[in-house]
Amino acid sequence: MQLRAENISRHYFRKTGEANYFEAVRPVSLLLEGGKLTVLNGKSGSGKTTLLNMLAGLLMPTEGRVFLDDTDLYAMEDKALSRFRSEKVGVVPQGRSAVDTLTVLENIILPGILYGGKPRTEDAENWMEALGILHLRNAMPAELSGGELRRMSIARTLTANPEVILADEPTGDLDNDNTAVVLTAFRQAAQAGKTVLVVSHETDAEVYADQVLHMENGAIR
Amino acid sequence: MRRFLLVTRNLVRKPGRTAALVLLTAFLAMSVFGGTIVVSSLRKGLESMENRLGADIIVVPAEAESKVSLKNLLLQGTIGTFYMDASAVEKVRETEGVEKASAQIFLSSMKADCCSVKVQIIGFDPENDFVVRPWIAESLNRPLDDMEVVVGCRVETKVGNDFRIYDRNCRVAAKLASTGTGLDTAVYCNMNTIHVLLQAAEEKGITHRIDSGNDAEVVSAVYVKVLPGADVGLVNNRLNGGIRKATSIRTAGMMTEVADSLSGVSNTIAILIGAVWLLALIILFIAFAMMVNERRRELAVYRLLGMSRRMMSGMIMRETALCSLAGAACGTVLGAVLVFPFTTMIETSLRLPYLTPAGGTIALYAFVAAAVTVAAGCIAGFRTAFRLSRVDPGTTLREGA
Repeated sequence: MQLRAENISRHYFRKTGEANYFEAVRPVSLLLEGGKLTVLNGKSGSGKTTLLNMLAGLLMPTEGRVFLDDTDLYAMEDKALSRFRSEKVGVVPQGRSAVDTLTVLENIILPGILYGGKPRTEDAENWMEALGILHLRNAMPAELSGGELRRMSIARTLTANPEVILADEPTGDLDNDNTAVVLTAFRQAAQAGKTVLVVSHETDAEVYADQVLHMENGAIR
Repeated sequence: MRRFLLVTRNLVRKPGRTAALVLLTAFLAMSVFGGTIVVSSLRKGLESMENRLGADIIVVPAEAESKVSLKNLLLQGTIGTFYMDASAVEKVRETEGVEKASAQIFLSSMKADCCSVKVQIIGFDPENDFVVRPWIAESLNRPLDDMEVVVGCRVETKVGNDFRIYDRNCRVAAKLASTGTGLDTAVYCNMNTIHVLLQAAEEKGITHRIDSGNDAEVVSAVYVKVLPGADVGLVNNRLNGGIRKATSIRTAGMMTEVADSLSGVSNTIAILIGAVWLLALIILFIAFAMMVNERRRELAVYRLLGMSRRMMSGMIMRETALCSLAGAACGTVLGAVLVFPFTTMIETSLRLPYLTPAGGTIALYAFVAAAVTVAAGCIAGFRTAFRLSRVDPGTTLREGA
């Protein structure tokens, strides 16, 4: 699948401070193609996460449009967009992204059951094994370290097997071995035809990339 | 794991939060159900008292008012005796505007070996009675024989047993339905029986004579029904002026007094129910508002994974409804446990007629209390669901909120 952004920008109004108008992302156009892994790098605060959220259908751009193939994401109603995202787009967000009342395994199979699908327990266990967290399948998220939680989040996205994978700093909490496991998994997903975008402010991921984009002050250079 | 399981997992695995919500809603249900039962029992008690009385005017000896509380004695059946010359009955009947007049004679039994229990015994005239007979007819479909009694529902004896009054045995012919008043502890008999019992009391030194040595027939009260269209006030004035050593009282005044007390109590309870409901609603709002912040991250994850706003609101509403239902069930049971075993205590402390509604009505009140509780929970939950469904998942997860 092809993920395409046409002149998307995002402005914010700050409640305090001298300048109350803030452009997180200036008008950006980009094309992410199926079968390719794209790395988006840049300093903290350059607008990478805001851009990723807009591409994921989670944050409506102030201006511009986002298409997944021919589907204009933000032209859809919330109900349709949510289901579309659930089926087509997998996001690995920054920070903790666990539902605290579910076990690790339940968290990983969660996307598959939201719309009544069969739980992909076997796939989940395979990814958990690959990422070294199979022994934590029945643990609660509160018992996990930051790195384990990050691997759980990645396993969840890979288990859902979406057409588009958008990962925000996925290796931030990981050691070198696990970083390699995760990036290899993303690389393999791209080779299987998925559209993969990895946002990172480190250079580790660039080795695995088909395309590297650099973001600065809300614009892609 | 299916979607509904997300709701139950969340409730079961956050026991503290769930328990707090269930407790809050239980408190609400308990106060609504318990309060409603008390208010409706009071109203039913008054209704029963009105139905029981059936007279427009009551004529009693002039000194009766100074001896006992007439309101309590005539309406509530508290124990007390007074007598006047029986000739007053004919004089009442001859008064212009009177349709029916029926005499009653009161006697108190003693808490002694000669009597089964201390009760108020009321002798009535079956030929002219329009007050007691209709009530007794609900439990006994034949006239009362001599030395037979009909007892109130709270007199501890059984139909067919002998009931001893001043060493005379009377057979219990029937037990009356509950009125919710003190009349439930009274014993009823015909005039022949009451005269035998008066004589027996006399033998024990309890006199019913108006003046010593006077053997004249006595009565305690004459119940009066005025002719249709007659002015009750005017008839009452005629009776007051026409019968010596007797006083005539309009029952409407007594009933109004009871109704006023009852209205005061039931209004206070109704206001309390409203205040508790409002308070619980405010507390629920605060509890849910606190939950918004606690659950912001968790719900951002659901949004991130593709849950729509509608689905998320539905999930929160299901959680709220389950907690409220559990709370409503616990609260209703608790309300019942607090109210029903203490019916007598409530009646005694309020000093008002109190008649618990029928099972069907209680079930209806329980349903309404549960519905009101679930509604309050859902109103509070809806606001939370709306706010949480507007959470921006990307920013929330990034902020570490």
